[in-house]
Amino acid sequence: MLEIENVTKVYPGRKGMFGSSAPVTALSDVSLSIRPGESFGLVGESGSGKTTLTRCILRLEEPTSGRIRFDGQDFATLSPAALRAMRARIQIVFQDPFASLNPRMSVHDIVTEPMVIHAAALGLGPRQRTERAAELLDLVGLGPQHLHRYPHEFSGGQRQRICVARALACKPDMVLLDEPTSALDVSVQAQVLNLLGDLQTRLGLTYLFISHDLGVIRYVCDRTALIYRGKIVEQGDTQAVFDAPQSDYARTLIAAMPEVAFD
Amino acid sequence: MTEMTESARAYAFRRGWFRFRQSSLSMLGAVLVLAILVLAVIGPWIAPYPEHIVGGVDTANRFQSPSLAHPFGTNELGQDVFSLVLAGTRISVLAGLGVVLIGTIVGTLAGALAGFFGGWADEVLMRLADLKLTVPGLILAMAVAAALGPGLMNMIIAIALSWWPGYARLVRGEVIARKEEVYVTAARAIGASPSRVLFRHVLPNIVSPIVVKMSLDMGFAILTVASLGFIGIGVRPPTPEWGTLLSVSRSYMPDFWWTAVFPGLAMFVAIFGFNLLGDGLRDVLDPRARR
Repeated sequence: MLEIENVTKVYPGRKGMFGSSAPVTALSDVSLSIRPGESFGLVGESGSGKTTLTRCILRLEEPTSGRIRFDGQDFATLSPAALRAMRARIQIVFQDPFASLNPRMSVHDIVTEPMVIHAAALGLGPRQRTERAAELLDLVGLGPQHLHRYPHEFSGGQRQRICVARALACKPDMVLLDEPTSALDVSVQAQVLNLLGDLQTRLGLTYLFISHDLGVIRYVCDRTALIYRGKIVEQGDTQAVFDAPQSDYARTLIAAMPEVAFD
Repeated sequence: MTEMTESARAYAFRRGWFRFRQSSLSMLGAVLVLAILVLAVIGPWIAPYPEHIVGGVDTANRFQSPSLAHPFGTNELGQDVFSLVLAGTRISVLAGLGVVLIGTIVGTLAGALAGFFGGWADEVLMRLADLKLTVPGLILAMAVAAALGPGLMNMIIAIALSWWPGYARLVRGEVIARKEEVYVTAARAIGASPSRVLFRHVLPNIVSPIVVKMSLDMGFAILTVASLGFIGIGVRPPTPEWGTLLSVSRSYMPDFWWTAVFPGLAMFVAIFGFNLLGDGLRDVLDPRARR
């Protein structure tokens, strides 16, 4: 479904009046392949290039080299119009639900916006969009009574549900989850994770689940990759990665996981 | 639009109105501004001595103190000051409004383009603004007004020319701060076009500082218009304008105080009202700044 081939992203250094900075290699020769319908976990510490990778996938930034193909199509070769249409099929939920909703838009406007932008492709009129927004809110565990509220009236967990509703608005095939629970209370994390798992089975979504929380990854993902300083150091079935890590970094990371006795 | 989206707007409006009414000062500002706007429209028609507005004189009755026949007294030409102040509302408010609106539109556009797109657009627009900011506004307005010749429209253009850079700098800074917000990235990821991002996500979030600045500027613009009138560059007599009225009557202070006090009072009420209204609007328009 999503093929990432040898992607490298280098941020150029700056030459300024008061000294210069060296170029930063955020991603170095990253290759991943995500199959339809699976949850693919990407684990890495802060600054390891996880977010840069999502930005490259969404084409918010151009990779310096390498190719990213979605459904066999290379994003770099698409026309702007085709790229916009493609954006309907691959959506993202951000880490911070307090920053990712426009405070001046009502929930109705937030959730219907993707449908407005892709109105031609979806063929929904204003009334149908409102109905679909109500359905989506219902799907993520909110209700039509929330349509006319503003983001600041909701808790973190509820806001993240709104973000999920927005991501699902134009029926995407794939959703990037950029640490969707790490800004939430522990008690709410489980609810959101369950919601995401539930939605995946019901809608047949493909997830790229980014996290630094190994426990979450182990709970959610079918396959997992570890990224360290812009390089993929380990990749495989989640169970295999956790049971028999191949790289030193993976062993260190897994050894550092807190042991929880469930009995 | 469908019923449901329509009711969403109506609902937001109803809530805003409710919050606005919670503050008596906001309501006072709204009432004052409304009264001034109504007077600006109908003032010349309800003036008791319409002939004085167009320059008629009544020298037999000069310098009458305020009375029932002349609530604000009469001036050195025997004209009814009440009628002149009423008629002057239109000129002053219109000029103030024109200056602020032109300044806001031009400044916001320039600032938004500069901040949003950066690069050479930023450089060109901001250097223009800087250039303007090196010259004191009133002096530039005087020079331009003098060059263009007297007249209401020329005066508005002259002042607006010195007015927009303030908005441009304000808006540019706000746009640069807002365009890095996650919800802007989210909009781009959804596939929103640059104009949609700018007009739906960036600009609505900087309305409050613009409204606050407009409200403060409205009073200041009325003052600037009056200043140009006062030094004789703006609207020429016999067209009644508050600054011009003050200018003429300053030679008759303090003996015939009413010729100066009432135009001054009118300016005070107008500026006060616009400032209160602006504060009230800010409270409503910024959902997070609620007390």
